[in-house]
Amino acid sequence: MSQETILEVNDLRTSFFVEGNEVKAVDGVTFDVPKGKTLGIVGESGSGKSISALSILQLIDSPGKIVGGEINFKGDNLLKYNDNQMRKIRGNQISMIFQEPMTSLNPVYTVGQQLREALKIHRGLGKEAGTEKAVELLELVGIPSPRSRVTQYPFELSGGMRQRVMIAMALACDPELLVADEPTTALDVTIQAQILELLKELQDEFDMSIIMITHDLGVVAETCDYVAVMYCGKVVEYADVNTLFKNPRHPYTVGLLNSLPRSDVDQEELEPIHGTVPAPHEMPVGCRFAPRCPFATDLCHEKLPDLEDIGDEEQVRCWIYTDEWDGDPEVKVYEPEARTTKDQ
Amino acid sequence: MTVYIIRRVLQLIPVLLGVSILVFSLMHLTPGNPAQLMAGESAPPDTIEQIEESLGLNDPLPVQYWDYISGVVQGDLGTSMRYNTPVADEVWPKFKVTLELSIYSTILSIFMGLLAGIISAVRQYSISDITIMIIALFGLSMPNFWLGLMLIQWFAVNLGWFPPTGWEGPSSIVLPVISLGTAGAAIIARMTRSSMLDVISQDYIRTARAKGVKKRVIIYKHALKNALIPVVTVAGLQFGALLAGAVLTESVFAINGMGRLLVDSIIQRDFPVVQACILIIAVVFVVVNLIVDISYKFLNKRIDLND
Repeated sequence: MSQETILEVNDLRTSFFVEGNEVKAVDGVTFDVPKGKTLGIVGESGSGKSISALSILQLIDSPGKIVGGEINFKGDNLLKYNDNQMRKIRGNQISMIFQEPMTSLNPVYTVGQQLREALKIHRGLGKEAGTEKAVELLELVGIPSPRSRVTQYPFELSGGMRQRVMIAMALACDPELLVADEPTTALDVTIQAQILELLKELQDEFDMSIIMITHDLGVVAETCDYVAVMYCGKVVEYADVNTLFKNPRHPYTVGLLNSLPRSDVDQEELEPIHGTVPAPHEMPVGCRFAPRCPFATDLCHEKLPDLEDIGDEEQVRCWIYTDEWDGDPEVKVYEPEARTTKDQ
Repeated sequence: MTVYIIRRVLQLIPVLLGVSILVFSLMHLTPGNPAQLMAGESAPPDTIEQIEESLGLNDPLPVQYWDYISGVVQGDLGTSMRYNTPVADEVWPKFKVTLELSIYSTILSIFMGLLAGIISAVRQYSISDITIMIIALFGLSMPNFWLGLMLIQWFAVNLGWFPPTGWEGPSSIVLPVISLGTAGAAIIARMTRSSMLDVISQDYIRTARAKGVKKRVIIYKHALKNALIPVVTVAGLQFGALLAGAVLTESVFAINGMGRLLVDSIIQRDFPVVQACILIIAVVFVVVNLIVDISYKFLNKRIDLND
């Protein structure tokens, strides 16, 4: 059964121009978001995942600039839209929630004023109708006594409450796509779980698609249907969530999983990925992960692999899975048993 | 809100009492005998004694202070030593002129400063930003009396657009207001620019953009209200400084304002007038600061200066 996709990002390139140098923060990113599903974008800090998300709504500030690619939303390339057309999309068909609930709400306007704003812009609701809808939205996101909250200021709410308000704001105009940029990173674990649960419920209720940007594989496992793993501005692996966790292909994905504590296998100790992310101005010419990859060959260091289909809805950017692979043909990238202690 | 305002107003009482005590002591801390001064160098001692008696100068200080303060509260600011007329009659018309001058200048400063600062911030590093900041630097560094003289030279003498001196009719106020308000406009422009730049990079501005809010609305609604607090503070201080510091501008434009009255009275040792001027300036300053404090609360409900 072929799935309807709501958003197709093709070869997206976003660069920052600092002192005459181009820093490619997002360097040819490609992924699809199936309708009504959640796509997780995972990666370390600086992998370009947040910039990809901001690029979708064209919220990149100077000196950053989208320099190429396509962002097809329901068949239309958003990068061809002018500022006015883009404004009609933002907060209406595509909304976004951010990482920092403490600073993402305007401190000098009430919750109600901020909720009414999008309703006024996109739905033309006046003050009274807007307030009614705002109360409804606050109730929807599980805020107790919503009627009294609309007149409160953000500083009167806790971090979890503020993130709920952000979600309410994002949902105001029934968006078809919600971009959540690390929505739970700044919250403590119990609140995190509640917010993720809430997003899932709302997704089912409104048949909304979600892009979940996170560095937390736990969040991915809990919420996502599909996952794109990013490294240094590129997608290195794309798969559905079960495949990714059960049978990861890219050595980087494997490294990420190995560095996580797990409950289903016994681990003596966690295995970190050695080395560090290369600095933007000294990107390797070949595979970006080659300097840190335990399997890297000369080919890896010299030539950048493409993102290749290796199965149904599964893509990986690694030479190991190509005919050109010049290393050990029997190489096993993922061996969960190897980490298990035998004396149990 | 009302509670906040009432508490702020009540807090003014000790400040005003302190001011009045300082102003009152002025007369007793400065060298020279006022009675001697009034009567003249060669007056006989019993005339001086008579004057001292009539002024109550022989009473204990607390009694004198009480007499003074109860007079002030009833609008009696004493009697001018020079003209032997009530000080209030002397001071009020001139205070009115200076107050007008200060208010117009402050309005000009705020209007020009905000506009220039916002343009500068929104188009950071553009030609308009650089131009505005250079003009602001000039405005800040030019002494206002010199600017006043230049304005008179160009616009009054050479072009004849405005009268060179005086304070009668709308056309006469233009040059003094420009010369007095320019420095303030420059300060406010620089303040607004840095404050706006700070606010524009905040997360909530990005949130507003993500909602589809127009750029203009983002700047004037979301950003400006947040950026206004330091600007309001500067504008308030500016107003107080103008009131006390208008004397140079008043002299250049031959305006009969309180600044000149104050300087003349100091030279003449007309203490009751000096006292009245200082008292009025201090009270206005305190009231303006009260207004600034109250406006903080309007701008950001979180601010509570009572804590």
